[in-house]
Amino acid sequence: MNQIIENFFNFEALARSQKLLLIGLETTLRLIGLAVLLAMGFGLFLAVLRHANRRWLNPLIIAYVDVVRACPIIVLLMLIYYALPFIGIRLPAFWAGILALSLNGGAFYSEIFRGGIEAIPRGQTEAARSLGLTYMQTMRIVILPQAIRIILPPLTTNTLELIKASAVASTVALPDLLRQALQAQSLTLNATPLVAVLMLYLLILLPLVQLVTFFERRVKNSG
Amino acid sequence: MDLSGIGRYFFNGEVMLKALPLLASGLVMTLKVSCVVIGIGFGVGLILALIRTGTAKTRVVGKVVGFLIRLYVDLLRASPYLVLLSFVYFGLPFLGVNLSTFWATVITFSACLSAFAEETFRAGIEAIDRGQWEAARSLGLSFFDTMRHIILPQAIRISIPALTNWTVAITKAISMASAIALPDLLKQARWAQGIFANPSPLIEAAVIYVLLFFPLVKLTLFLERKWGKLV
Repeated sequence: MNQIIENFFNFEALARSQKLLLIGLETTLRLIGLAVLLAMGFGLFLAVLRHANRRWLNPLIIAYVDVVRACPIIVLLMLIYYALPFIGIRLPAFWAGILALSLNGGAFYSEIFRGGIEAIPRGQTEAARSLGLTYMQTMRIVILPQAIRIILPPLTTNTLELIKASAVASTVALPDLLRQALQAQSLTLNATPLVAVLMLYLLILLPLVQLVTFFERRVKNSG
Repeated sequence: MDLSGIGRYFFNGEVMLKALPLLASGLVMTLKVSCVVIGIGFGVGLILALIRTGTAKTRVVGKVVGFLIRLYVDLLRASPYLVLLSFVYFGLPFLGVNLSTFWATVITFSACLSAFAEETFRAGIEAIDRGQWEAARSLGLSFFDTMRHIILPQAIRISIPALTNWTVAITKAISMASAIALPDLLKQARWAQGIFANPSPLIEAAVIYVLLFFPLVKLTLFLERKWGKLV
């Protein structure tokens, strides 16, 4: 028991690594915030493009979504960070992380948004268009407000997974929470920083898990 | 940007050929870990789901067991895979628990998969009409016989779409184990990239990953459309 407290809940070690961890927290929050925002925007963009049903564009979008869904996110990140410099594209670790998370998240989000958009009967689009609304107006005023209600549960699940995946950015030496914790661990020769970071993540993500469970239960009770 | 280097650096056939044995050994490792993780994850998940539904009727025990299992599931669902893996591999040695990269990976991802599997199996079991329970029990079948012959065959069928979905997600995430130097497909590709000073092996590995998971992703979409989403 003493050994556990000494090595996993050591306040002295925590105090010594506080500075490192705070930098990590800031980096991680910035990474998560921007990545989720960009991934959602990109996913929505893809879904709307696909709904517009341009014959030459659809196969491209489908191929993109399927390939990216089949590619592990860390592989995508490695390609961006370690392969692209060979053709002269050098991204800093932060932006490489953002790009990998957005490309990957966008593919997943686009499928969800598409499901929501398609759940609204086509007749509503036709009615709105024949009333003189433009395509964008139809989307914004008629379709999306209804679609968002349907897709809220899968959207939450997906956001949870995207945030969890964001920790891979530590593998390209981005000073995020995980990276800083490992750094602090080798500095203090103590596992407390790692435990602290795991708890920080749980603090952020447990409410999201509860929300997911809540949605699942609501779907089951109504169905 | 220098696009003229794409052929030489990204699709260099000679380098790809030379890296193939290394990547093949990595692929074998990835498949081995995935199979063990799926086996343990499904097994533990099913057992937990059975315990949770089996004890649901006894009041005190059911509450305690239900709470503990739910805590296990929620904590694992909320932990980023890489953070958990780092904790198991770099943190546990402080308690004298030294795991090899292989077992650290297997334990971490089996635990994560078991959490998702428990949720899915339990939802499947609960979706079966109560009347079937009562009918089977009143015909004299024991709890386990009812489970084995009546409930589980139907429950597992319902669980399949969600289960495939999470299995694909977890097996994809196993590539993160390259971060603790498990010699899997990704790690070997990075290794080969270093040897040949050329990122073609990385592209090659990405193609292998996509070829591996593409059919599975398609299968998930197909199953969801056919049997509907449950969890």
